[in-house]
Amino acid sequence: MAQVEVIMPKLGESIMEGTILKWYKRPGEMIKKDETLLEISTDKVDSEIPSPATGIVSQILVEEQKTVPVETVIALIEVEGPVAAGVQPEAPGAKPVEKKVEVLRPAAPSPTRPAEVKTQRFYSPLILNIAREEGVSIAELETIPGTGSEGRLTKKDLLDYVARRKAGAVGAPPAVAPSAIRVGETVLTKPEEGIEIIKMDHIRKSIAEHMVRSVHTSAHVGAVSECDMSNVVQFMAKHGEGFKAREGFKLTYMPFIIQSAVKALKDFPLVNSSIDGDRVILKKFINVGIAVALENGLIVPVIKRADQMSLVQLARSVYDLSTRARTKKLLPEEVQNGTFSITNYGVFGNILGTPIIHQPQVAILGVGAVKKYPVIINDAIAIRPMVYLSLSFDHRLIDGALGGMFLQKVVEYLEKFDTNQSLL
Amino acid sequence: MERNPKMLIYGEDVAGNKGGVFTATKGLTAKFGSERVFNSPLAEASIVGTAIGLAIRGFKPVVEIQFADYIWPAMMQIRDELTMLRYRSNNSWSCPVVIRVPVGGYIHGGHYHSQCIESIFAHLPGIRLCFPSNAADAKGLLKTACREEDPVLFMEHKALYRQSFAASPEPDANYLLPFGIAKVKREGTDITVITYGMMVQRSLEAAQKLEEQGVSVEVIDLRTLNPLDTEMMLKSVKKTGKVLIVHEDTLTAGFGAELAAIVAKEAFQYLDAPIQRVGAKDTPVPYAPTLEDAVLPSERVITKALEELAAY
Repeated sequence: MAQVEVIMPKLGESIMEGTILKWYKRPGEMIKKDETLLEISTDKVDSEIPSPATGIVSQILVEEQKTVPVETVIALIEVEGPVAAGVQPEAPGAKPVEKKVEVLRPAAPSPTRPAEVKTQRFYSPLILNIAREEGVSIAELETIPGTGSEGRLTKKDLLDYVARRKAGAVGAPPAVAPSAIRVGETVLTKPEEGIEIIKMDHIRKSIAEHMVRSVHTSAHVGAVSECDMSNVVQFMAKHGEGFKAREGFKLTYMPFIIQSAVKALKDFPLVNSSIDGDRVILKKFINVGIAVALENGLIVPVIKRADQMSLVQLARSVYDLSTRARTKKLLPEEVQNGTFSITNYGVFGNILGTPIIHQPQVAILGVGAVKKYPVIINDAIAIRPMVYLSLSFDHRLIDGALGGMFLQKVVEYLEKFDTNQSLL
Repeated sequence: MERNPKMLIYGEDVAGNKGGVFTATKGLTAKFGSERVFNSPLAEASIVGTAIGLAIRGFKPVVEIQFADYIWPAMMQIRDELTMLRYRSNNSWSCPVVIRVPVGGYIHGGHYHSQCIESIFAHLPGIRLCFPSNAADAKGLLKTACREEDPVLFMEHKALYRQSFAASPEPDANYLLPFGIAKVKREGTDITVITYGMMVQRSLEAAQKLEEQGVSVEVIDLRTLNPLDTEMMLKSVKKTGKVLIVHEDTLTAGFGAELAAIVAKEAFQYLDAPIQRVGAKDTPVPYAPTLEDAVLPSERVITKALEELAAY
């Protein structure tokens, strides 16, 4: 018998810690290699983590809702014999090597983007050590004033803080009041009849923070245009069934809209940029984020190099990313590096929206429901499948003229979609 | 000498009433005879070379090299013969020579009477290194050295010979100080100073200064560099989280570099600041007192390093 360590995986270059949301196995239970062992949450994304080995979960070292630094050993799996499935011995007869869940480590983010640094402050090994032992998260560390040189957090600062926290002088993770009902990580208390207080979960806090920051950062301005989807609808009617039979999923409007937006972004590259202080960072690549609604929130996976993809590739990418977003299988890098975003509130039947820009981008396209409307064409009334497209853009960089022209280009590409092209 | 009739003492000017330039062996010829305590030619290679031969033949030579600065002609004998004999005889021979050697500066002796040599010998496997900071330790360690079965380089700091702070009462006439046991000279909680020899006193003075500023400094005297009491070092570092290593020898590739590497490896998770070192500037020790002061580590420089560490 040998023990395999399960570690908190490093799911991205900038990710320093993760929170365990749920263990799927209890100590003593069997697990197969690649079977889901636990679910974790990081700053970027929630992910299901497969087991690195087949065996019996012998110990769970970090309980649910606890946040630990990456590389921390979080569980032990007892594997059979000297040569366990999935665990390669170094040499015949050697002890199994402790396999880390390497497969889950994505490559470093592309160098085109400056690495996102969560913390600007240096923490000494000792500080991180004490923080781990005392259960002080990095986010919490960030809030402690440092008295060392250049504001460094010293051992004394942290020990004082921990002592004060123990004495109840600072907002420690609150002890559960006797009247509390614990539902997963949600703590419900009943201060008053008819009122519930629900603790925000990780993803909700992230969204809240991001949205407020975006509204405070960008000078949001909106423009709306109507768009005749006849060509697209006609094309979909012609190819939809064959597509579904071939690909195994339904052809939607999204790839058409993404493709048109990408073309328009090539025409107006400033819309595909970001602002850094007084510099404009123009991106020569187009990575399109698509907002995906989740049970408990929202996530924006990114179609990388959408400018190099065919319609079918875009359709596959949308399907793949949105499916994995819903099943929490996204990698953090798959929600990073977007240069432009599209949100589709039309799926809920709405026709108009005013989306908030996904920072640090400068524009987001909102897509309403495609509905039949009576429209005037050549002074005659016709029935056409129409969609309202709305563009929120950052007036710091994009003036009304550019925003308007860009949106009209998207409309134009959709309306003039060539129905004779093949769908490959 | 009384205990072991095979023990011999020789070296330059060690015999008779002179008893070496620092009079460490004064009177021993009268007591034990010129057969056992005698002068050697001014030839360091031959002092060590003959000692090796005598040791192999069952004697216990305790030889003196007059100044550390003069030990280099004997280097080939030490490096290639003395330290290696046990190894190359497959453990069937030992070479229990004790080389006493005055080291260090602060005596306005200039570049031929001020060298610290420990880092070069610390690099040699097969020889014990003692570097006491006070009289009682020196006696306890020297007696242990005289009973060791392996070569010992026994470094005596010249500036400590006649200092009142280095005088310490003899615990008892028969006491022995085993090798490899450091001593906490002063307890503290905020910074650990790891040091030895002359720098122990300087570091204690600096620690006192820091105490006046409300910083608690622990000072560890290593006493022997080989074997090294890593356990005590690390225990202290794990307590304080900050380390200053102080030695009189020049900084580059000094013994402090080795200590720093050990601390970094074994106590990395306990460090709250970069490991700091204080040593002499990388030059020969100048003759002019003002320049010597500028080159060799002073209480002032140690205090400054401690203040920086405290503020980090």
